[in-house]
Amino acid sequence: MSKKRIIVVGNGMVGHNFINTLATSENSSEFELVTFSEEPRLAYDRVQLSKYFSGYTAADLALTTADDYERQGVVFTLNDKVVAINSHEKTITTASGRKEGYDKLVLATGSYPFVPPIPGKDQDHCLVYRTIEDLEAISASAAVSKTGVVVGGGLLGLEAANALKQAGLETHVVEFAPRLMAVQLDEGGGQLLRRKIEDLGVTVHTEKNTKEIVVGQECRYRMNFADGSFLETDMILFSAGIRPQDELARQFGLDLGERGGIVINDYCQTSDEDIYAIGECALWDNKIFGLVAPGYQMAKVSAAHIVSSLITHEEPALAFKGADMSTKLKLLGVDVASIGDAHGHTAGSQSYVFNDDIAEVYKRLIVSADGKKLLGAVLVGEAEAYGTLLQLMLNDMDIPGNPAALILPAVDGEASVGLGVAALPETAQICSCFDVTKGDLAAAVQGGCCTMGDIKDATKASTGCGGCSALVKQVMDAELVALGVEVNNNLCEHFAYTRAELADIIRVKGYTTFAQVLQGHGKGHGCEICKPTVGSVLASFHNEYILKDEHIGLQDTNDIFLGNMQKDGTYSIVPRIAGGEITPDKLIVLGEIAKEYDLYTKITGGQRIDLFGAQLHELPQIWERLVAAGFETGHAYGKSLRTVKSCVGSTWCRYGVLDSVSMAIALENRYKGLRAPHKIKFAVSGCTRECAEAQSKDIGVIATEKGWNLYVCGNGGMRPRHADLFATELDDETLIKTIDRVLMFYVRTADRLQRTSVWMENLEGGLDYLREVVVDDKLGICSELEDAMTRVVSTYQCEWKTTLENPEKLKRFQHFINADEDDSNLLYVRERGQRRPATATERIELVNLSSVQN
Amino acid sequence: MTLLNTLNNAQEQSQDKWNTVCLLDDIAPDTGVCALYQGEQVALFRIGDSDQVFAISNYDPLGEANVLSRGIVGSVGERLVVASPLYKQHYDLATGECLEDSDLLLKTYRVRVVEQQVLLG
Ligand SMILES: Cc1cc2nc3c(=O)[nH]c(=O)nc-3n(C[C@H](O)[C@H](O)[C@H](O)COP(=O)(O)OP(=O)(O)OC[C@H]3O[C@@H](n4cnc5c(N)ncnc54)[C@H](O)[C@@H]3O)c2cc1C
Ligand code: SF4
Ligand code: SF4
Ligand code: FES
Repeated sequence: MSKKRIIVVGNGMVGHNFINTLATSENSSEFELVTFSEEPRLAYDRVQLSKYFSGYTAADLALTTADDYERQGVVFTLNDKVVAINSHEKTITTASGRKEGYDKLVLATGSYPFVPPIPGKDQDHCLVYRTIEDLEAISASAAVSKTGVVVGGGLLGLEAANALKQAGLETHVVEFAPRLMAVQLDEGGGQLLRRKIEDLGVTVHTEKNTKEIVVGQECRYRMNFADGSFLETDMILFSAGIRPQDELARQFGLDLGERGGIVINDYCQTSDEDIYAIGECALWDNKIFGLVAPGYQMAKVSAAHIVSSLITHEEPALAFKGADMSTKLKLLGVDVASIGDAHGHTAGSQSYVFNDDIAEVYKRLIVSADGKKLLGAVLVGEAEAYGTLLQLMLNDMDIPGNPAALILPAVDGEASVGLGVAALPETAQICSCFDVTKGDLAAAVQGGCCTMGDIKDATKASTGCGGCSALVKQVMDAELVALGVEVNNNLCEHFAYTRAELADIIRVKGYTTFAQVLQGHGKGHGCEICKPTVGSVLASFHNEYILKDEHIGLQDTNDIFLGNMQKDGTYSIVPRIAGGEITPDKLIVLGEIAKEYDLYTKITGGQRIDLFGAQLHELPQIWERLVAAGFETGHAYGKSLRTVKSCVGSTWCRYGVLDSVSMAIALENRYKGLRAPHKIKFAVSGCTRECAEAQSKDIGVIATEKGWNLYVCGNGGMRPRHADLFATELDDETLIKTIDRVLMFYVRTADRLQRTSVWMENLEGGLDYLREVVVDDKLGICSELEDAMTRVVSTYQCEWKTTLENPEKLKRFQHFINADEDDSNLLYVRERGQRRPATATERIELVNLSSVQN
Repeated sequence: MTLLNTLNNAQEQSQDKWNTVCLLDDIAPDTGVCALYQGEQVALFRIGDSDQVFAISNYDPLGEANVLSRGIVGSVGERLVVASPLYKQHYDLATGECLEDSDLLLKTYRVRVVEQQVLLG
């Protein structure tokens, strides 16, 4: 049987989601998937588009890659618009003249920005905000402008205003309606939002109807308003709403709504049963859905319908039933949420309002006439209740107790009234971005997930907008408790605390030895888990010599002899080569030593040199030579800063914009020796080509023309994770200050052996929370964190240097306490000119050989 | 050939003969050292800063290397143990039993401390 041919017009967010759904379904082999995009690239995350201004690249925003599509067998053509449909022949034609046949056609053409018909709107520097190309044009225009105006004070308009402000423009928002975000907010909410935004330096003009755009006197243009007033500006960004892209459907006779939009039924079929429409171009029940979640739902429904009508011939299992348009977002740093009937249009509805002018918080609840059901809500300035309120409304649940309690601030000590997640039905949708229900989460927990990281991997919940993360965590915890999984975070049998709790105890009580901690808060004799953990915490706070008598017994395998133990009990030696920069003279020293001691020599992934096979008694001899040549310990053995990898940067590279090597060396020297819950790796790239692969490191720094961009919590290794962009365009000083804070906060709060990536995934509130703590100083601990880091930096010592100066300590560096012999168990063979431990079979041969010779 | 001699001597000597292998102070509190005793590698562990010392074979049978003296000393329940520095299995310091695999039994040695000297016998 030949494959069924599905053509998808438009490769935007929803079109891609549709393709992905079919390509990963069990029937994928039955289909040939073909897609055309008018844009010059494959689908990207339009929702996160504004991040383009904070350093995200097109690649960061991409939802798929050419490789992925090729692997999935998806045929795609970019830069080619579909211009004609022949529904009798079942073909389409593209602008470049290609004609292709289909079995089913899916229109996912999205929408376009509406630009009001104002005379003068088509000039240069009059722009819109929808695609990556639009953003490039905005950047270019902002670079030659001083003032910018956004026409439209809705959700997108305010996002655009934020972008202009960040670009350093004097920013204005011009709105036709009497208030901002008129669709989502009521009067009170709109007013507060306006005040907050004006406090941030964005000027808001409401009830302004732009009559014309003419040449300005002070600025490039002057906007004349209907009321006779005017505003001068260098650039104008139109964000006055969207219109469904229904051009094709219009020309080729599909049914349209009165005000546009391609009419679809519950299966997303248009008036031609072999043509579907999904996403922002589709009109269902006379409504356009301008959010991505309903689009994804349509993608799912239409894919299921196509499978059932072409392949299985069963009744379609899914139908589109409309979608909730509630939203929660941060606009210019202000939390805003709108749920359900935010305006109280429902007959007989009543409302509760909470207004705090001091803290600048506004909340309004709309409840049913009998006061039992929640119909809608508006939250501005603080939106923590969003998840709870949304669930109450979506699941048509009775309001627990007095409705007012839902929006009143928590009185000291009392937890604010939430609804127990236990009350939610299994079908309650917890994450709308990925349509994950409470039942899905429960199943994941039953399948073994017990951390947020697991849950995200297994269900994708909370990996989109992130608005659901608090609720997802609550559901997970409740489910764990229900399963009788005792959420036991004890470090080990000796301490009934987590690492973070122990760190707090040690800090507050000022403990300096393991004995004190064990006596005060533990039991038994300690073990290989708690001893190194406490040792590491003590070292992070006090930074004493780790081989001091009271600390020596705490040190892990590697730390205790300041080297990395290999499989045969010998050690490898890794001197610090900060930033990967080394002089020829030092390189020669390493070569000479390696040759003399016959050490197997290898370059590491962190731009250093690793010398293998040193026996205990050789370690001090070798280090004596290394220290004399100016080397320091590389802490390759410690749970501490390893390396700061760097590319050569602006000093040599043709593309470099900043001196990445100098920065890498400065960072490595600053944080060397910092003991942490796990090893920490950095990298610094000299430009956005990113040759140092900084985005796979715990701390990644990338130079841009305007300063350093800081990425945090990336990881290579077993579970790779792309680092998150944390702050942009920093100068040297701010960069270091920010890293100080992030690292110290990690050191204090992470679990044992938790890399920054997992720490971040389990941090409640995620990246935003980390930003609040580290940048906005929400917990008021930033100066404390900096002081702690300063202390560590100022007490740094090369542990090998200290050890060499200490004959007592050197006594331990011999295999036998009572004899000068070597360990007779060591056996080597030579390979490619170097030595390596003999394998088990080789050992047998070697031993036989030597006994024969004897 | 010195090695062989010690071995023969030792075998000739009676069970009650004790040999000094090091000073108590040679073993930092809660750590181990390795002593060569009658041609065998013996791991000695000192509990805290007391004069309680244990002696078991230094050979890690799972890691196949002479490294146990370099492990961390601790407790599992009531038992004092050392964790192998290679793969972290626990060995009971008193009995030599591997807690993860009770079929594995390390050789143990009689040990005592007299006037700051550590003796094996
Ligand atoms: C700045 C911004 C912020 C947003 N923030 C949010 C948010 O926080 N939450 C949220 O839920 N939603 C948000 N949205 C809306 C969200 O991006 C859209 O709902 C979603 O992108 C719709 O997906 P789509 O596939 O229907 O349309 P699109 O993503 O627009 O894709 C349509 C694609 O089809 C192409 N196309 C059109 N006609 C043709 C043709 N004839 N031939 C070939 N190709 C064609 C277009 O070029 C386009 O690439 C935001 C949108 C923007 C612009
Ligand atoms: S990241 Fe940039 S500066 Fe560094 S080597 Fe690559 S191209 Fe050159
Ligand atoms: S990847 Fe595995 S084999 Fe290679 S160094 Fe790491 S732990 Fe050893
Ligand atoms: S609701 Fe957006 S990630 Fe879950």
